[in-house]
Amino acid sequence: MLHEPAAKTGADPAFSYKRRLGAWMFILYALVYAGFVVINLVRPSAMEKVLFGGLNLAVVYGFGLIVFALLLALIYNRACGRREKRLQGADPQGGRA
Amino acid sequence: MNVLSIVLFVLFVGFVLGISFYFAGRAKSASGYYAAGSRIHWGVNGVAFAGDYLSAASFLGICGMIATAGYDGFLYSIGYLAGWVVALFIVAEPLKRLGKYTFTDALDANYNHRGIKLMAAISTLLVSICYLIPQMVGAGVLVTPLLGLPHAVGVVLVGLIVITIVATAGMTSTTYVQFIKGALLLVFSLVLVTVVLIRGLSTKPDQGGRVPFQEYRTLAATEAGGSLALEDPAWQIAAVREANGLRFVKLLRDGQESWWKVEADPAAGGLTLLESQFAARLADGTQTFNGAPASRENQLRTVGNMAVIAGRTGEAAETGPLGPFKFLSLIGDRDSRVKLWKNASFEDDGGRLTVHYPVLAAGNKILRPGQRFKVEGTSTDRIDFLSLMLALFLGTAALPHILIRYYTVPSPAAARKSTIVAIAGIGFFYILTLFMGLGAMTNGVVNLLDDNMSAPLLARSFGTFLFAMISAIAFATVLGTVSGLIIAASGAVAHDLLDRYANVIKSDRQKVNAGKVVAFAVGALAIVLGILFKGVNVTFLVGLAFAVAASANLPSIVMMLFWKRTTARGITASIFVGVFSSIGLILFSPTMYELYGKDPLTAPFPLKNPGIVSIPLSFLTLIVVSLLTRAAAKGEARAAA
Repeated sequence: MLHEPAAKTGADPAFSYKRRLGAWMFILYALVYAGFVVINLVRPSAMEKVLFGGLNLAVVYGFGLIVFALLLALIYNRACGRREKRLQGADPQGGRA
Repeated sequence: MNVLSIVLFVLFVGFVLGISFYFAGRAKSASGYYAAGSRIHWGVNGVAFAGDYLSAASFLGICGMIATAGYDGFLYSIGYLAGWVVALFIVAEPLKRLGKYTFTDALDANYNHRGIKLMAAISTLLVSICYLIPQMVGAGVLVTPLLGLPHAVGVVLVGLIVITIVATAGMTSTTYVQFIKGALLLVFSLVLVTVVLIRGLSTKPDQGGRVPFQEYRTLAATEAGGSLALEDPAWQIAAVREANGLRFVKLLRDGQESWWKVEADPAAGGLTLLESQFAARLADGTQTFNGAPASRENQLRTVGNMAVIAGRTGEAAETGPLGPFKFLSLIGDRDSRVKLWKNASFEDDGGRLTVHYPVLAAGNKILRPGQRFKVEGTSTDRIDFLSLMLALFLGTAALPHILIRYYTVPSPAAARKSTIVAIAGIGFFYILTLFMGLGAMTNGVVNLLDDNMSAPLLARSFGTFLFAMISAIAFATVLGTVSGLIIAASGAVAHDLLDRYANVIKSDRQKVNAGKVVAFAVGALAIVLGILFKGVNVTFLVGLAFAVAASANLPSIVMMLFWKRTTARGITASIFVGVFSSIGLILFSPTMYELYGKDPLTAPFPLKNPGIVSIPLSFLTLIVVSLLTRAAAKGEARAAA
């Protein structure tokens, strides 16, 4: 019993586009993240290298990963929103929450 | 204990309970209780995500680890935040589209298979309990300095308040508690970082004049024929001990005993003794600190300071207010030296003695990995680091208490937008953790027996108000996360197991009542575990919970969405293998062997973090079992049609 979704959602013509875009963005971020881990494993001393303003690679890369995540998220949201609007006209199920 | 702390604490708890009773009317249906009726605005949900996710591990644990191990603690911040990318790009919208109340719903949406229901519910329960332990430990840590109550009382207090929140209004009250907590945490963490930067750096931090800076002495010594001799005759050597390849000496002066670490001094051609602090558990069970019985007044002194700031010492090194980048660059300078504290334990006079001794670390080594995670160590150390970073990256999108928050918004797009709000808030907070942790490391506020208290003690160095606020918020942090975990566990038992698996729930109301009963039971269990695990770093414990979640749940979610050949039996087997391999490997890991009181080097599994083995194993199991059961699954589907 009671197996219905808490909120009904209709068909989403932009679904496959969003899934594909999400997968590519995930791969992009995963590569950048992997780069951070690999540097730490292969040449950890490189993390001490001062890049600018007295900040070393560890700090710049670490902060960069956080900021890059937000940047990608905003790009992803904009791309998804535009595609939803284009395919659905008035964005019936998604844009307005 | 001070009056302001108590007033703020009581006000906060009263407010939280008020919210719960106010929303109680909305929790009469299953949809209201488990998913807040899917009526939460994405902006509120995004901040609530932050409130849910920024647990005691993030606030207390990461700051504590940064305060004692520098950049290594910040690795958790990076990994935790990166996990949200997986949540946004892979999980958010599909989960909202497929799911109802629980993570199991989404996983089982295309299969309707009893095995998935059972295993996913068990996984949810186990991951939630693993995650609950560090939250409850954090609660106990907070209550002692805030209200002057013992650890166990803090744990019981949190347990009772959370049970009340969850049992009265379920996900609705939980959401608003998390929203308020998330917002307060961000604001006051920013305030704390701002005052840290305004204070700047000093080689003799005195907490704004509140606590005199403690100088630790050094003594010159010589060694001839294997015996030590001190240049100052006022000191007598009472004992010499070795532990972990280090040498310690007990000295007597005017009948007062003290322990010192012996170090070679190549420049002087002799030895230098470094004054240390020591804690002893005597043969009769008495606890002493620095030679006197433990009491409220006699504890180990808090520590942590810079000995040299960019080549300068003393008054010349005082910086005054600093910008955020200058603050980091001065601490990380090649010519800076930070005084960290390590410890070694050994038997002495029939009791167990732990000596806490100072170590000078170069600034450029503090602001890069290596203090805790030995990235330049053995291959096992490196694999361990890789394993941790993998689990952190993949764990977030597999945490049941995070996933259920996608059901509280009305649409998949709202799920996506709320995730972006969460990334913004959580990312900002994690950047602040580096400043808070380093602030604690350099302001003499690190508690040698429990680094989890670093952030609240840093706040206390700025006065009672900030301490009371930060402590109340940290307490709220625990409340918010524990509420989410209990709701997740409650849904797993009442909705997944009792209703969908066993089919014994006959009405909407019965399901809500069952959820409330489970909330009581899980809350009680959390109280017991929180007392048992006292003193273990909460971030480390959460790292393990991430490994279990990433191993048990993520392979199923990803493969269900991206691999058409995935079968119900493949998912069931994958969860089973993921849960039990990760927990099994943890139980046989060096960390657990240490907790058992055994030599960690004898642990059968050499890694502290199991993710690198258990996550691929879970993926592999899903692929193999799905391929093997593909024909049977097709046959069953035809028969059902």
